[in-house]
Amino acid sequence: MRYLPKSPSERQEMLEAIGARSIEELFQSVPEKFRLRAPLTLPGPLSEMEIIQYFQDRAAENARGCSSFLGAGVYRHVRSVTADALVQRGEFLTSYTPYQAEISQGTLTAIFEFQTLMCQLTGQEVANASMYDGSTALTEAVLMAARLTGRSRVLVARSVHPEYRQVLATYARNLGIEIVEIGYTQSGQIDRAAIQRAKLGDAAAIVTQSPNFFGVLEELPALADEAHAAETLLVTCITEPVSLGVVRPPAEADIVAMEGQAFGVSPSYGGPYVGVIATREKFVRQMPGRLAGQTTDAAGRRGFVLTLATREQHIRREKATSNICTNEALYALAATIHLCLLGKEGLREQALQNLAKARFALAESEKIPGVRRVFSGPFFNEFTLEFPRSVKMINRALLGEKIIGPYALGTHYPELTKRAVVCITETTTRAEIERLCAAVRRILESPV
Amino acid sequence: MNPKVTETEAPAATVRKAARHVIQNEGLIFEKSAPGKRGMEIPPLDVPAVDPTAALGQEFAREAVEGFPEVSEIEVVRHFTRLSTWNYAIDLGMYPLGSCTMKYNPRVNEFVARLDGLASEHPQQPPELAQGCLRILHDLEQCLISITGMDAATLQPAAGAQGELTGLLMIRAYLESQGNPRKIVLIPDSAHGTNPASVVIAGYEVQNIKSNARGQIDTDHLREFVTNDVAALMLTNPNTLGVFEERIAEIATVLHERGALLYMDGANMNALAGVTRPGDFGVDVMHLNLHKTFSTPHGGGGPGAGPVLVKKILEPFLPIPVVVRREGGQYSLDGNRPRSVGRVRAYCGNFGVLLRALAYALAYGPGIRQATEDAVLNANYIRKHLEDLFDLPYNLPSMHEVVFSDALQKVRGVNTMDIAKRLLDYGFHAYTTAFPLIVPGAMMIEPTESESKEECDLFVDAMRSIAAEAATNPELVKTAPHSTRVGRLDEVAAARRPILRWKPADDKELAHDA
Repeated sequence: MRYLPKSPSERQEMLEAIGARSIEELFQSVPEKFRLRAPLTLPGPLSEMEIIQYFQDRAAENARGCSSFLGAGVYRHVRSVTADALVQRGEFLTSYTPYQAEISQGTLTAIFEFQTLMCQLTGQEVANASMYDGSTALTEAVLMAARLTGRSRVLVARSVHPEYRQVLATYARNLGIEIVEIGYTQSGQIDRAAIQRAKLGDAAAIVTQSPNFFGVLEELPALADEAHAAETLLVTCITEPVSLGVVRPPAEADIVAMEGQAFGVSPSYGGPYVGVIATREKFVRQMPGRLAGQTTDAAGRRGFVLTLATREQHIRREKATSNICTNEALYALAATIHLCLLGKEGLREQALQNLAKARFALAESEKIPGVRRVFSGPFFNEFTLEFPRSVKMINRALLGEKIIGPYALGTHYPELTKRAVVCITETTTRAEIERLCAAVRRILESPV
Repeated sequence: MNPKVTETEAPAATVRKAARHVIQNEGLIFEKSAPGKRGMEIPPLDVPAVDPTAALGQEFAREAVEGFPEVSEIEVVRHFTRLSTWNYAIDLGMYPLGSCTMKYNPRVNEFVARLDGLASEHPQQPPELAQGCLRILHDLEQCLISITGMDAATLQPAAGAQGELTGLLMIRAYLESQGNPRKIVLIPDSAHGTNPASVVIAGYEVQNIKSNARGQIDTDHLREFVTNDVAALMLTNPNTLGVFEERIAEIATVLHERGALLYMDGANMNALAGVTRPGDFGVDVMHLNLHKTFSTPHGGGGPGAGPVLVKKILEPFLPIPVVVRREGGQYSLDGNRPRSVGRVRAYCGNFGVLLRALAYALAYGPGIRQATEDAVLNANYIRKHLEDLFDLPYNLPSMHEVVFSDALQKVRGVNTMDIAKRLLDYGFHAYTTAFPLIVPGAMMIEPTESESKEECDLFVDAMRSIAAEAATNPELVKTAPHSTRVGRLDEVAAARRPILRWKPADDKELAHDA
């Protein structure tokens, strides 16, 4: 087997050195009756060529060659060959968690740069070395808010990503955390009157997303004032961080939970991505996840180490801030390299293109009879449209033209059937937008 | 910078693994930045431009991100390439890291994970256009079920710790359906730290149980603990001493007789694959760490994946959605499962990691047993060649790893951390120090099957040479490493005045006060 570096005679030699007659002897502690006598039923073994063929066959069964207008938490943005080549260097790809700092300065330095970039983007004071993804980052941010306030009720906007809310509900159930859902207004923003009615004073946090699941930006400074007046925290989540190139950062929020996939990470059918938690310096000891910090060695040379580990499970066990151990270091690195390549100007230009193309797409859509914009609030690169017919039907027809249509809201929002969220990024061409609009127009004109 | 390694500090000439080599210096990317440079261009805008303030409104618009780097492509390439040379990696040599299973990461897995049609797929695209992705998930589930002898699987958990939580939530949901979720989860003192941390999030109390003199669970002792309040026992098998729990079936029986379940932490599955199946020896629920046993790259700390495998009784409680194979071979996602514990992560988990694990499983097929055998062979070979020089606190048959202690070196003032740091000078990564907690001064060594006899011999040479140094020149070992880019770093200072981000030079004071 090509992955195993021993010849039969070397195996024999090693067994003799150990003083064992056979390999079986080394498994004697496994009770006889539980030892497998027959080989497992498994496909393979496959050569490299056969493995590639299997996966190429699977790729051909997917959506290759389609235009897509799906966002809803996962975004197609420019990616760089350079970044992907660099993360594949064995010294990054095949290295362990940097606990042995002296031989892990590459990873630790990159994490320190990642933390810095995340702070610059979010306007927060500290950011961790990464979480699994946005959904678990948001959940951990809520648990953190509960620990910080000693309160167990959270007011969660209905406009937060539905799958993120499902993850939060799974974790909250056994921890005695009560989730109060807060609706939205005609602007698509969180219903501020409902927040007051929900007894804000008892709550650990107001939990929002901006841009939210409908694509609408929340008025975070005002929400923060409202929260802080009641000694409540504002937790906000970002699933589309490219927005931060042009949208005011959530500096007033107390905890920011972010999905960093948009920074050069491929959609890859849902993961791996890179979650982040950013917060205020004074809350750092309640923050989950690894942190890299700057220090020096005895000779005064700058170096980086994993720090404040007394928050973590390997030290604190059942008293830890979280059970998280493995994070998404390689994708934090990918995002770091991507953002360094893009740089200050590139990120700005990318964000401005999203802004412009989404507005062009909205204007084109509104020309289609019966199609109208649903929410009046400001948006970045996603907007919600209402159609005169079922979105499911329209999307089915679009598939025939190799177009994956907008995200149908009816699945998670029964009150929003016939509505869908359209996502436009810098990778969506004008021609694709025009083709989508022409196709929708045709579908709506055809008899039912 | 002029590293001062004298001849006496350098490893003995007889040690063949490492030689000195020039390392490039490199600042932080922010320190190389200059206005107007960039490393990526995007195609020109093909629609009318908009003014951000007009488009968003004054209160929502921002200027460019302050302090963001401005560097060219070649500077980015050199920066990260230089940083990479400061890392140790599996591609450079052995990681004797006990419990971490740092094995070879096949490159073909990286290639297939990047194929157009897989890497490009959006998790919300309709299932009829994601049949390839769903089949990959289904095929991996079947492989894992076959290897573990369990009945059903979820691939959603993003890492081992999340798998633990998911398994515990399923135990809770099952017991609730029986009328009483119970209160306590038992954990041996040799367990990983994630176990107790996960128990708390699942809403249970942790009760620690002591291992016996053989480092194992004593069934009579266990009987006293398993009351009607006990939901489950979380057990790592082989345990963190690298020893198979010989009375595992009896342990399962003790639990089952009292209505409790057996959770197996599968972190050490690399000792069992193809040899024995947890499903056959009484395990009700377990997780696997695909970044350990199934070779997905560790990437400097992740991503991982922590699939959970369960027996039939727990199947109704699997997280949503569940991958279903319909008659006719069509695949779909079933989210309508009223007894499910809910969702633990958005979408279908770390698909890109799962895909690599399947590529690994397909490469071996039933031959995965050979990998297990080689892993156990390597651990025993290393043990044999070191047991005369290092203390072996539990003299029991080793499987994939062996745990020594620093007792014999301690008399010269040299502890496990010192020896581990000295290994770096010999061109190896450290072994796992100070774990499991039941062994004071633990030195936990797991070579995995990826190491050749030659690499194992080099490791043995290094350890034997360090043992000699500890006896004759303990100061040399206590101050190691001597040849690395930086020496031992001041972790106390790092934690006392945390500097967690870069700030511009004129802002340095702020960075320190923060």
